[in-house]
Parts: sequence; structure tokens; C-alpha cells
Amino acid sequence: MHAIEYERPETLDQAVAVLASAGRQARPLAGGTDLIVQLREGRRPDVTLVVDVKKVPELNALVYDPEQGLTLGAAVPCYRITSNAAVVQQYPAIIDSASLVGGTAIQGRATFGGNLCTASPAADTVPTMFALGTQCVIAGPNGTRTIPVEAVPTGPGRTSLQEGEMLVAFRFPPPAPRSGARFLRFIPRNEMDIAVVNAAAWLQLEEDERTIRAARVAIGAVAPTCLLVQEAAAELIGHEAGEEAFRRAAEAAMAAARPISDMRGTIAQRRHLVGVLVRRALEGALARARRN
Amino acid sequence: MTTTHKRLVSAEINGEPVEFLCEPRQSLLEVLREVLGLTGAKEGCNNGNCGACCVIMDDRLVNSCCVLAVEAEGTRITTIEGIATPQGLHPLQRAFLEEAALQCGVCTPGFIVAAKALLDRNPDPDEHQIRYWLAGNLCRCTGYDKIVKAVQRAAAEMAGRAEAGAAAETGARA
Amino acid sequence: MVLAEKPQFKVIGTRPIRHDGVDKVTGRAQYGADVTLPGTLYGKVLRSPHAHARILRIDTSKAEALPGVKAVVTARDYPEIPDKVEDLGETAANLRELADNLLASTKVLYRGHPVAAVAATDPHVAEEALKLIEVEYEVLPPVLNVRDAMRPDAPLLHENLRTKSLAGRAEKPSNIAQHLQFKLGNVEQALAEAEIVVEREFETKMVHQGYIEPHACSAFWNQDGRLIVYTSTQGAFPAREQIASVLQLPVAQVKVVPTEIGGGFGGKIPIYLEPVAALLSKKAGRPVKMSMSRTEVFEATGPTSGTYIKIKAGARKDGTITAVQAMLAYEAGAYPGSSVGAGCLCLLAPYNIPNFLIDGYDVVVNKPKTAAYRAPGAPPASFAMEQIVDEIAEKTGIDPLKLRLQNSSREGTPMATGAPFKRIGHEECVQAALNSPHYNTPLEGPNRGRGVASGYWMNVGLKSSVTASINPDGTVNLIEGSTDIGGTRTSIAMQLAETLGIPAEKVRPAVVDTDSVGYNDVTGGSRTTFASGYAAYEAAKDLIAKMKARVAEIWGVPVETVEYQDAVLTTSADPEKRMTFEQFAAQMLKTGPAIVGTGSVQPRGVGGAFSTQICDLEVDPETGKVTILRYTVVQDAGRAIHPAYVEGQMQGGAAQGIGWALNEEYFYDENGRMLNSSLLDYRVPTALDLPNIETIIVEVPNPGHPYGVRGVGEVSIVPPLAAVANALYRATGVRFTKLPMNPARILEATLGLPSE
Repeated sequence: MHAIEYERPETLDQAVAVLASAGRQARPLAGGTDLIVQLREGRRPDVTLVVDVKKVPELNALVYDPEQGLTLGAAVPCYRITSNAAVVQQYPAIIDSASLVGGTAIQGRATFGGNLCTASPAADTVPTMFALGTQCVIAGPNGTRTIPVEAVPTGPGRTSLQEGEMLVAFRFPPPAPRSGARFLRFIPRNEMDIAVVNAAAWLQLEEDERTIRAARVAIGAVAPTCLLVQEAAAELIGHEAGEEAFRRAAEAAMAAARPISDMRGTIAQRRHLVGVLVRRALEGALARARRN
Repeated sequence: MTTTHKRLVSAEINGEPVEFLCEPRQSLLEVLREVLGLTGAKEGCNNGNCGACCVIMDDRLVNSCCVLAVEAEGTRITTIEGIATPQGLHPLQRAFLEEAALQCGVCTPGFIVAAKALLDRNPDPDEHQIRYWLAGNLCRCTGYDKIVKAVQRAAAEMAGRAEAGAAAETGARA
Repeated sequence: MVLAEKPQFKVIGTRPIRHDGVDKVTGRAQYGADVTLPGTLYGKVLRSPHAHARILRIDTSKAEALPGVKAVVTARDYPEIPDKVEDLGETAANLRELADNLLASTKVLYRGHPVAAVAATDPHVAEEALKLIEVEYEVLPPVLNVRDAMRPDAPLLHENLRTKSLAGRAEKPSNIAQHLQFKLGNVEQALAEAEIVVEREFETKMVHQGYIEPHACSAFWNQDGRLIVYTSTQGAFPAREQIASVLQLPVAQVKVVPTEIGGGFGGKIPIYLEPVAALLSKKAGRPVKMSMSRTEVFEATGPTSGTYIKIKAGARKDGTITAVQAMLAYEAGAYPGSSVGAGCLCLLAPYNIPNFLIDGYDVVVNKPKTAAYRAPGAPPASFAMEQIVDEIAEKTGIDPLKLRLQNSSREGTPMATGAPFKRIGHEECVQAALNSPHYNTPLEGPNRGRGVASGYWMNVGLKSSVTASINPDGTVNLIEGSTDIGGTRTSIAMQLAETLGIPAEKVRPAVVDTDSVGYNDVTGGSRTTFASGYAAYEAAKDLIAKMKARVAEIWGVPVETVEYQDAVLTTSADPEKRMTFEQFAAQMLKTGPAIVGTGSVQPRGVGGAFSTQICDLEVDPETGKVTILRYTVVQDAGRAIHPAYVEGQMQGGAAQGIGWALNEEYFYDENGRMLNSSLLDYRVPTALDLPNIETIIVEVPNPGHPYGVRGVGEVSIVPPLAAVANALYRATGVRFTKLPMNPARILEATLGLPSE
């Protein structure tokens, strides 16, 4: 690895100050499962300062409140998420994602914040966050701002965060009544692979428990960023939850996908899998919605 | 381009306080092996995909190749060298020997550390849970069959079940 | 499960704890990269980014000037190397090509081909130094698969390469290094007369052995000119020969100390780093430690060939296979020497086929030079042939195992070379599969299929040498030279123990360096338990002979009257006289010098091994994802010395074969760059991808070994490729003739998805 410096700020203000003064040369370090590997492989030659943010209290928050929803610090590792009773109970789709990010040892370190900011198009936490209508709290030299998670990734490896800014936490809305969400991923093995395609769906039913009141469908690894597919949601909202609507939503998602062929999958395979995963995610979301 | 100043890091490794010097670019794996002489953790891939470098850090399983050594400051680390005690081998180590769950043995330290982390939090895992937990530890020699049986055997022994011995028989006898 | 009628053994067939086990479960065992000599430097290799190029200029001056760098070497630092072939046991190496593969001289022939190396005070500095080495290349077009390489207008890798065949040496240069042919009977006529004809083409991709431990070594070129090398190797002696040859040193000046080895499967028979580390050490005057990264392992060691195979087979309606015509073209990689010959020899081995014509082609391509991978050459051949057999079974309506039994080879059947098989166990394996709990459990449910396949590996004998000495406490030191990849310290010790009539725990096996024991060939070729065990048996007999002589002296009786049975010495000359082995040992040094026995063998009675395997799988029709539901390996071990380690070889080979069948491949771009040179995207099976693997050990003892041992290490990887393909055919109705059979390929075939 090229030579790097390391700092470990204790407060959010300190972290922001360090990042602001170092600019492009600095990169926040949470779990390191992407960053350390990238540094070692020479893919981040400009980064000479690694800022370990794991001591900053706001980044370690994991708090659920029925009114406020879930606050998840950007540096909370997956293993803490999967063992948190409130998340297991209230946000099973988050558990879907957190338990699939790499294997056990990766989950010992990897974070949702790192996963979002590394901005791989195939990131396994991002479709879930898109589907749940997540907000991102971002701190920078000009203060703190909150934006929808969809506004963060802008391309492979790129986010809309400005120089000196860092992701602090995620805010997930409290689970609406009669709502459910599901995240699914297709990989050739059973673990340890980057997604060929992944997808998340969220539904909320009307009081009749049949009509869809609200919906979000997100697909990953088939475009430069995760896609929130409005056209798929449009096929669902106001319609009866079931095979017919799900099929049309899946087709809309397939049409919105812009996959490439690479060593992980082909265009045709990916497009086909979008249809399969969106349909299956919707079925899973419906089952969870009915249980709530 | 050249080296930076080394940092002094204090950590607890295998129950003992340890201090070491390292550059920020050195991974925990590199420091364990090249600075501290703890060569039990192995480098198989250096990018978090094989588990041969597994250690337990503050009670959770991590790939030490994906941890910077400087991040170990103030943490408690258990490596394979800390699994046995002066009183003897850990039940997992004995089970791996009894079940012939190693061939070349290079992945074995990672597996034993990972399996210990599993049994520490779930003393009675079923076969699927064992395979899922260990999916990040690659073995190219055994096909995993005897490794899974060894973990089951150790779990049974640690739970003090009498059928531990009978369950150890690998394959039927004609 | 072990099926056999066997004589009563005391040690053989039991499952003692392996002697090196505690070191390995506590992390104390020393593998290649665990050795750090005092004062060591760290070496790194600069490798070609191009798959095919001429080297125009190398300038190492800036690297040499970097603080911390103590030496830089290129091929210019080699001595003059003669043009000769080095025997490595299972394979052979042309010395100039070997040296060139380790440090390129005029051309680079694959991406990853070493061009220069650096030794520095720390590995990160060494890496930085590599960036300062300037190399100018003239990039040439690469050739990346056998069929392209065989075309007359293909870019040539070697200007001097001419095809060798039965007709002699060809006129024009070519990428085809060799054309082999094996024939029997009249295949044209038999095919013309056949009632059923099946014809198919197959393609497999380059794959890697995937050992978890990358290559690593430390070398120290001492001021007295002696070179000591610590290395993770499958054979310290063949490594010594190769190192000494490349460096043009007398063999006696090189000592190789084998460390523990983290997997090899054939890939750690060739050397890669050792001479480079030695040259760096000579220049720097200090030890040099080198280890490969995983990417270097993929790109620059010895994977196995991608292949193109065409088979046309003829049979009668009653299921008798009468004719096979086959063409096998194997990638050799950058230099000649693929395993196509072995592929040809194993192709038809399970069957008695009176008419065949097999053409094999060894073809160079711009990929790393292939090395042996567990039964090298046989798995792709079996992938092809066992599917042809499956088709014949389907067309004749005969159960696929019964068809194999019907056509099975047995003792006396001619092999591909024309020589007859000795006692073999294919029929017994197929019968055991037919009787197995697995085969007798019906597979129910949609999208599920069951496939079977057989395979063969010839195994080798070669040379082994051991020394055994009795300790006063009744233990025996066993000095051997076979590196222990899978428990062979113990299986060899067990044979010594059995012969002496003592428990296995009383034997202390040690694997030593090349100064300390006689010549031993590689741990490979499924030879170690067979040949080194045979040597241990001979050493035990030597000990017994010497004990008898000593006791004859002590008792004052003729030595011919002394017996040794069940670890007790007696004499017919005096029924009162009796001494146990333990008692003998206790008084040994009081009555004379130490008793030391040797065994040095090159056994000719090698027993080939068969395996028959059953695979049940399920396919998700929407995603093409395959789940292996149940898997059974039946294998003839001759005699299972340590059944648990035999089972381990069976399960391990099957797991590798399943990975090869479903997901593993070298994924190249059009410039010859391997895109998936990481364990993230080179997908070997994880614990979650496999079920328990059932094992049935068949024992058809090999008459060529005192205990009936047949090699077990390799054949288990031969059948899985076809077993999985045959199961997939039953599950989907589609026959897959290309590997890997990954989800994308399965969807393309079952749903008609385009392949882009």
C-alpha cells in the first residue's frame, strides 16, 4: 500500500474539520472492508489520510422509536444491526440486507454508511434504503443537511457528497401500518458474491388489506446507480396486490433496467433476473405487510 | 512516497497486554504475522474473501486483512494462538482432530476462530446455521463435510451431551 | 462406509489422530510464509501487463536507487542455461522454458509473466520500487483459446516450436507443440456399423487448483556459495533439482527445507519464486522472503487447461459401446506441456471398447503455463465421455450405472496404450453405487435431476526413501521426505506401525529437508501413501531383520530360528526365550549400537483407481441457480490405510469438481487479461454451497503393494463434472457441453436467453 496517515477524531466537529481541511486526500474509514482493499490495490492513489470515524458517537447510534422511526449511525457494523431486536422486529428488510453483506467476518465490520458511500452499483444495502424512503444526515463545514438517500449515489464509486462532507446517520421512517418490505439478491453461489442483480420492494396496503396504497421498487446492479423505479410503483399504487400487478411492476422494472454484460452476468440474464427478483420481493413485501 | 512515522498501538492480544509499532498502512494481519510473530492467521487473499486471517476483535469475528493495525488500539483480540489454554486444547480443536477435519491445515486456524465465535453466541447451531456462519471461510481440501461435523461434535461436547461420542462416527460402517 | 473383506489389521483401517495435528489446530505449524530468517529482505515481482509482447528495454536504475532497496534482478542475472528437459515425476520441464517462465528474457507470453524482481527492507517499499522499473514493450496480438491457436494464420508464441508427432517434427512453426494418437481396432468401420451413434463437441475453461496458501519461500545464498531455500512445495527434491538447474549449481550446494504446505493439488510441483529469491539474496547478501498475492497466484502460476473435445461414439442397441473417435485439444499455456496425454489415456479407461482413435493436441496460448491439477487431463475428458455414455444409456433405455457395468473394463482389458489393465475395481465401484442408499432413494420433485459418472486415474509410483530408528522407549523415529498435504505423515507411519506390530502413536514421523533423507519424488500423483508407505514397510522389515540378528547374538541362537510376530521376538531353538519390541528397545543400546532401518523403493506395481459418483440437484428454473441436494462418492482405495483421510480425499476432490462444473473459470477479456483474478469473482464452493458428501470406500486390493494400497488423492475430481452435467440434463432436458454450467448459461439454454 502507498503511505497513508491515520487520524481518529472523537467528535463530529473534529471529524468534519479534518475532512474539510484535507479535502480529496482524506477518506472516512468505518468498516474498511472496501476502503482498505481499494487502498491496497492502488485504486485510490490520491487518498493519503484515512479518518477513522468509529469513535464519533453520532455515527454509532442505533435507536428505534415508534414515533421517530429508526436512527442508524453510518458507522454501525452489520453484526450490530442483525442482532438488534427492534430492527429485526420492525425493519426485516434491513436485516435481509445486513445479513447478506459478505460473510460473517465482513458483517463484523461492514457498515451501511460505507456501503452507500463506496457507491458500487451492486451495493446490497442501497435498494433497501431506497425502498424504505430513507433520509441521510450529512455533516459538513457548512453545517448539517438531510437529503433522501436516492440523492446520494451519482455513479459507480461517486456520491453527491461535497468535499469535506461526511455521512452521519440514516433516518428510516417508522413502519407504516399494513406495510412490509423485502430485499433479495441473486448470486451464483450462496454467499460471498457481489450481486448479479438485487432488488427491494416496499408496499403499504389500504385498510381493506388488498389495495396497494403506496409502493416503492428499487433495483441494483443494472445501472450506474441503484434505481428507484417510479414506473414500477405506478403499476402498483391503487391496484390490487397480487400476481397481475406484480407482473406489470416487474415488467416496468425490467424496462427501466440498463444492465451491462461483465464477468458477473450478461445483459439478458440481468434483465430477466430483475423481473424475477422484483416479483419475488413484492410477494415477500406483501406477506410482511399482511403480518403487520 | 516513503514511510510515515510509526504509531505505538496498545491492545490486549490473547489475554495479554501488548504494545507494538506500526505504520498506518500495515494491516492487523501483517502486524500479527510479521511484527508479533503470531503466524497462525494466514494471508490467503488479502481482500476479505477467504477467512484464513480471521481473528476475534472485541467479541466479533473479523478478517484481520481488512483491519488496519492502528485500529486495534484499545481492543481485545483473540487469535488462534489464544484458543487453547495451558490446561489443554479447546473442544473445537479436539473435534477437528477427532473428525479429521483438516488436510493441509492452512485454513484451520481461521475456521477454528470462526467456529468459536459462532459457538460463543449460539451454542446449539443447526447444520444450515453452521454452514452459513462459515461461508466466509474457504477450504479447498475437505469439501467442508468433516469441518461441519467437527463443529457439531464440539457444540455437543460443550453442551455436555452424552451422545457426543456416538455422533462423531463419520459415515456408516458396512 | 468401507466395503471389503479384509484381513485382520491392527493399525491399518483405524483412525488415529494425525501426528502433526496439534500443531495445525493451534496455529503453530510453519507454512511457507511463516518462516522469517533473521535479517530478511522482502522480494516482489514486476509482471507483464501484456499477454503477448516483445521486451525492448528494461531500466531498473530508479528502483535500485530507492532507499530500502537492496537488490534488483532480471533474466540478465541468470547463468547460461542449457537446453534440456528436467524430469519432475508426473510432469517434465524444459529448463530454458522454466527459467524463462520465472524471469522473461526476450518475450512475455502471458499477462503476469515475471520481468524483474526487487528485494527491499519492507514489502511496501519493494512494491513502490516495482513502480520505478521502466519496461518498454512491443505489444503483439495474443491468442487465447485452443481453436484460434491451432489455425494456420494464428500469431505464434514461439518461433522455434514445431509440432512433434509420430511422423516426426513438422516443417513450419506452429502453436501446436505435439500431436498424440492412440488407436485400436478399426474405428471407421465400427462407427459405420453402429446402431446408435452419438456425436458432440465440448468446451471447458481454464481453472485453478485454488489452494488457500499462496506460493511463498525464503532463500539465503550464503557466503560459502551454499543456497538454502525454505519453501512450500509438493516435493523438496524435485524443487532442489529445478532450482539447481536454473541457477546452474551442483545439486549438493542447494538445500531445500520443505515447510508445511497449504494445499498444492499439483500446482506446487513447479517452482516460481525460489530461483528469483535466490538471485536477489546473492546480490543483497541477505535472506530474501517472497510470497505471492492471490492475484499473482491466479495470473502467474500453473492453472489447468481450457479444452476443446470432440467425440463420436458408436454402440449397439443392447448397450454395448463398440467405437469411439475423439479429438482432444488442450491449452498448454505459454509453454508446451499440457496434460492432454493423460486426458487421452483416461478418456475410455472405465470401458472395454474394441475400436478407438484418439487424437490429442498440446497447444500453446497466451495464458500462464499450465501445471498439474489433480488427475491432470482427466476431468475434461471425463466431462465429455461420461455425457456420451449417458446419452447412449438414454437412447438404449438402460440404467446409466448398469450400462457402465455392462461395458466395464476389468483385469486384462487393454488400456489406451494397448497394455492390459492389472487388477482394477471399476465394476466394484459401479456395483457399490447401484447398491448405495443414495441410488436407492428415489429423487422426487420438479426441476430435479440425478446424474452419475465414472472416472479413472492411473496413479504413479516413482521413488521414495525413508529411514527408521528405534528409540529406547519403544517408539520409532520415521524420517521421510514426502511433504504432508493431507495426512500422509500418518498413513505412512501407520504402515510402519502395522509391519512392526506397534501402535501408530509409537511412530514419530518427521518430514525433513534434502540434506537429511534419500531422494523422494513429489507428494502428488496419488503416490505418497502407496510409495512412501511401501518404503516405510521396507524400512520396518529392515528393522525386523536387524532386531532378529541382534537377538540371535544375545540368545546365542542361529538367526534363521528367530521369529518376529505381533511385536514379539521368539526362537524355535528355545521356547523359553521371548522378548517384546518394547523390551528389545529398552535394552538395545546396552547390547550394541542403535538399530536403524531404511527403505528406498521405486515400486512398479502401481494400482490405478476408479471412482463412480452420484449427484442429485435442483435447478431454480427462473434464475438458473443450482443447488446440490445430495452427493455420493464411491471410490476404490485398494486398502484404506486411514479411512478418515481417504474419505477426506474423496470429499475434497468432489468439491473441487463441483466448483469446476458450476462456477469456476478464468474470465478473460480480448487482450488476455484475466478479469476475475480474485477469490471474490473466481468462485470456489463455500460451506454453504455443498451438502454433506457421502463416501463409500471400495477395497479391491492392489496386488502390487504389501497392504493393497491404491492412490486415492486424485481420481475423485474426475467424475463430478459429468455427474453434475448428467444431473442437469435430467433436471432441465438440456445437455450442457460447455463449462462452467453457471446460472447465466443455464438460463440461456432453458429459457432461450441470448448470451449477451
